[in-house]
Amino acid sequence: MQPIVPEITRISVTNLINKGERTDGRSLDQYREISVETGVIKKAEGSARVKIGNTQIMIGIKPQIGEPFPDTPNVGVFMTNSELVPMAAPNFEPGPPDERSVELSRVTDRGIREGKIIDLEKLAIIPGKKVWMIFIDMHILDYDGNLMDAAALGAMAALMDTKIPTATVEDDEVVIDHENMQPLPLNDKTVMTTMAKIGNELVVDPSLEEEEIMGARISIGVRSDGAICSMQKGGERPFKKEEILKAIDLAQEKTNELFKYIP
Amino acid sequence: MINIITNRDLEVKSEAKGSERPDGRAYNELRPLKIEAGVLERADGSAYLEFGDNKVLAAVYGPREFHIRRFLKPNMAVLRCRYNMAPFSVEDRKRPGPDRRSLEISKLTSEALSPAVFLEKFPRSSIDVFIEVLQAEGGTRCAGITAASVALADAGIPMRDMVVACAAGKANGQIVMDLSEWEDKEGEADVPVAIMPRTGEITLLQMDGQLTKDEFEQALDLAKEGCMKISVEQKKAIKNRYGGD
Repeated sequence: MQPIVPEITRISVTNLINKGERTDGRSLDQYREISVETGVIKKAEGSARVKIGNTQIMIGIKPQIGEPFPDTPNVGVFMTNSELVPMAAPNFEPGPPDERSVELSRVTDRGIREGKIIDLEKLAIIPGKKVWMIFIDMHILDYDGNLMDAAALGAMAALMDTKIPTATVEDDEVVIDHENMQPLPLNDKTVMTTMAKIGNELVVDPSLEEEEIMGARISIGVRSDGAICSMQKGGERPFKKEEILKAIDLAQEKTNELFKYIP
Repeated sequence: MINIITNRDLEVKSEAKGSERPDGRAYNELRPLKIEAGVLERADGSAYLEFGDNKVLAAVYGPREFHIRRFLKPNMAVLRCRYNMAPFSVEDRKRPGPDRRSLEISKLTSEALSPAVFLEKFPRSSIDVFIEVLQAEGGTRCAGITAASVALADAGIPMRDMVVACAAGKANGQIVMDLSEWEDKEGEADVPVAIMPRTGEITLLQMDGQLTKDEFEQALDLAKEGCMKISVEQKKAIKNRYGGD
């Protein structure tokens, strides 16, 4: 069920943004208050709770020994999954992941995968046979807009918090040493900035109210060296090329702020 | 908005002398407990509960329009529950989605809470209770019910009483209150109980394991004693949120 937005809200929010203001008093390129906490779930090998405004996501990382994919036998595997649990919003339904949840998982996954954030080669244990599989599970607890940035930031924080057991090979058998935990091998960091197109402007970190009236959004994942590693356009309206280029500049500027939360 | 989820390990208050329990608790001692009401923005009511190493969130939506016609009751509301465990809440990753265990717990939770709610005041509607286990350490169904009651109160839903749940059981040959994960797995019996504390009426009762009738009675009394202690904390959580003595 889609929420109904009164026309008067749409017009007043849009008019305000065209004047360079927002209903919650932020400037167009300003994030809401952000908090990142790590190590919040003892049972997970890595975890983080991230909040952007009232949006709240809990992320847990679980490693498992598994078999590599046949086309990449010598590297480890990671999977990203999200649950938009029905507690998070009145219109979230229980059941298998819907398209929103799948998009969120895949966009978060893409930033980490294409940014080559996890050093997957170091996760091979017996090449071709046994590798570490890293599960990134995102539990969306409270939905108040901009899940993309919260998910990317939280997933990165949780990965940086992750310690996996030492795995060695003895007589072709994998021996796991839970006493010796090692940090998950990472190459770099990535975060994401999402901008919504409302009226003639791009606004950073759209709130729920803004998401409900936006024409389109663009999410841009950036690595700590400034390289762009993922992009996703959403929404029913088109973007102009100049708008996309402006969004990239904005994203490179704003992600620098986000990186400060995951030093 | 309140900040939830603490990194600190809640400490067991007393080292009971001669305790046989692995975590050093006395036979009638609860794990450390923390309850906070009104922790989520979107939900109509919510509560966060830490009980030992259990971390549980509960949220309530409703009373609201009930879409599924065949389950709708023309003369009262239907209280629906969904108990769900996060994949990272347990030692070996749990596959997302409902399994037989969580479906059973969902049904029992709904039946444990319903007697306390004035469902007849909201015909044709549903009251939806969502329980998310973020970290599990034995006794999550009781933790879920306890948190859900606080969330229902936080949502302003009229109730006869705040249902509260606690388990007792037998571990190392001793009848003990509030089994830990280890006692649950290695122990001889587990008796989760939910009550309405004003009347002492029982709204949830399960047992697995082996007990004599006398042992069962002891366990039931101990579980009820635990419920009464937890009930105090539930009410404190609501008072902390809304003020008043």
